[in-house]
Amino acid sequence: MLTLDAVDAGFGRALVLRGLSFRARPSEVTCVMGRNGAGKTTMLRAIMGQVPVSAGRITLDGQRIETLAPHLIPQLGVGYVPQGRRLFGSLTVAENLDIGLMTRGRGRATRDRVLDLFPRLRERLGQTAATLSGGEQQMLAIARALCLEPKVILLDEPTEGLQPSMIAAIRDTVRTLRGMGVAVVLVEQRAEAVLDLADRVAFVETGRVAEMVPAADLGPEAPQFARYVGV
Amino acid sequence: MEFGPFLLLALMEGLVGAAVLALTASGLSLVFGVMRVVNVAHGEFFMLGAVAAWFVSQWVPGPPAVAFAVALVVCPLIVAALAALADLAILKRLKHEPEATIVATIGLLYILQQAALTVYGPEARPVPAPFEMRLQLPWFGWSGYKLFVIGAAAAVLLGLWLMLTRTRAGLVMRATQIDRETATAFGIDVTRVHAGTFALGAALAAVAAVLIVPIQQAHYLMGGDPLLLSFIVVIIGGLGSLRGTLLAALLIGLSDGVISTFFQPTLAKIVATLLVALVLVFRPQGLFGARA
Repeated sequence: MLTLDAVDAGFGRALVLRGLSFRARPSEVTCVMGRNGAGKTTMLRAIMGQVPVSAGRITLDGQRIETLAPHLIPQLGVGYVPQGRRLFGSLTVAENLDIGLMTRGRGRATRDRVLDLFPRLRERLGQTAATLSGGEQQMLAIARALCLEPKVILLDEPTEGLQPSMIAAIRDTVRTLRGMGVAVVLVEQRAEAVLDLADRVAFVETGRVAEMVPAADLGPEAPQFARYVGV
Repeated sequence: MEFGPFLLLALMEGLVGAAVLALTASGLSLVFGVMRVVNVAHGEFFMLGAVAAWFVSQWVPGPPAVAFAVALVVCPLIVAALAALADLAILKRLKHEPEATIVATIGLLYILQQAALTVYGPEARPVPAPFEMRLQLPWFGWSGYKLFVIGAAAAVLLGLWLMLTRTRAGLVMRATQIDRETATAFGIDVTRVHAGTFALGAALAAVAAVLIVPIQQAHYLMGGDPLLLSFIVVIIGGLGSLRGTLLAALLIGLSDGVISTFFQPTLAKIVATLLVALVLVFRPQGLFGARA
C-alpha cells in the first residue's frame, strides 16, 4: 500500500503540497481530481522523489521512500507514466521497454506479458518512439512502466488528447492492472472516466486532499465535481 | 615532388590528424551530449594521457612496443579514474549546471596543467614509437606507425559506437542524454552515469594522446590545440552528435593536413575558425545537431 501522511512538498519556500494525506491500496483504482495547480502532478512527482518533501512521510508497504535517492524508488516497484508521456523519443519501442526492464523486470517473460497487453507495440518494436501515433505513444508509456512489474502505478492524465478508441483501450488496460493486483493512482479530469474506473476518488484542493470518497457514493451530478474540479 | 603525390601525402597526414581529432572530439561531444557540460579541461585530459604515456615508457622495461601497449591500456584508465573523481568531487556538487561547470572546468584546466608542470616539468619529451616500419609508395615513403594510428583510432571509434548502440551501458547513456529525470524515474542512477560518461570522455582523449605522442612530444601545455580543434569539430558536427563529430573531424583533419602542407598551419586554423563562424551563422545547431 502506498501512503502519504501530512506531506509538504515543493521547491524552497514555494510549497505546493501542504499536509497532503493519501492512500492507494492494491487492486484498487484511486482517482485524483482537482483544478489546475491544485497539486495533483506535484503529488505524483513527490512520490517519485522529483519534488523535495520537506515534511511528512511517504511509505510503500511500510517502508519510507521520501528519504531515498529518486532512482531507488522505481526499484521498489513504483511505476510512473508522466503527463505528456516523456518517452525516449529517439530510442526504439524495444529500447524504451528495455529501460523499464533493466530495473525490476524479469526480462523476456515480463516483456512478453506486457506486449500481450499491447499487441500493437509488438508490431512496432523496431520503430522509434517519436514516430508513433499519440495513442501508441501513450500505450508505450504505460507498457514501459509495466516493465518495472510495479506494485503501484501512477498515471498522470493518460487519456489527455487521445481519440475515443484509444481512450477505451487505455481504460481497459487500467481495469486489467487492477485485476492484476496493482494499486493504480490515476490523475483524471473527466468525471465520466472517474465514475467508470475508480474505486475511490481523492479531491485535491490547494495542496491537500480535501475529500476522499468511494466512487460508488458519487453520481454524475455529485457536488464534488463542481466544487473541486469545476465541471 | 609533383602535385598529385604531394596532395596524397597531405591527405594521408590529414587523415592521421583527423583520426586523433575524432577520438578527442567524440569524448568532448559525449560529455556535452549526456551531461550538458562544456568541459574546458578536456584538452588537459589529453595532455595527461600523453604525460602518463611518457612515464610508462620510462618505467616499463623491454622493447618500446611493450611499454606502448601498457600505456595504451593503463593511461586511459588512470585519466578516466581522475575524471570520474573530478566529476564526483566538483561537477556533481554544482549539480552539473552548465554555467557553473564551465567555470569549474576552467579551474580544473589550470589545476591539471600546474600539477603536470610540477610533476613532469616544462620540457617536451619524446615517447618512442612501438615499432619502426616504413611504408614505401612509388613517390615517397611514409611511417607505418601513422597507418597504425589511423587503424587504432578507427577501431576505438567502432568500439565506442557498438558500446553506445548495442550495450546496456550505451542504452542507459542515451536515455540519460534524452531525459535525465525520466531516466531516474526508471531506476537509472544518473550520478553514476555522469561520472562514467565524464570518465569515458576523458579516456577517449587519453587514448588519442597515447596514439599521437610518438609522433608529437609530451608537454604540459599540449592540451590547448586539441581542445580548440575539438570545440571546432563539435560545433560544426553538432553538439552531442557522434556522427556529426566524426564527419566534422574528417573535414577539419583533412583540410588541416592539406592547407598545412601546401600553405601554413596557421592558415589551416584560420580556415577552421572561419568554418565555425559560417556554421554558427547559417546552421547554429551544427551539421547533425538537434535544433534547440
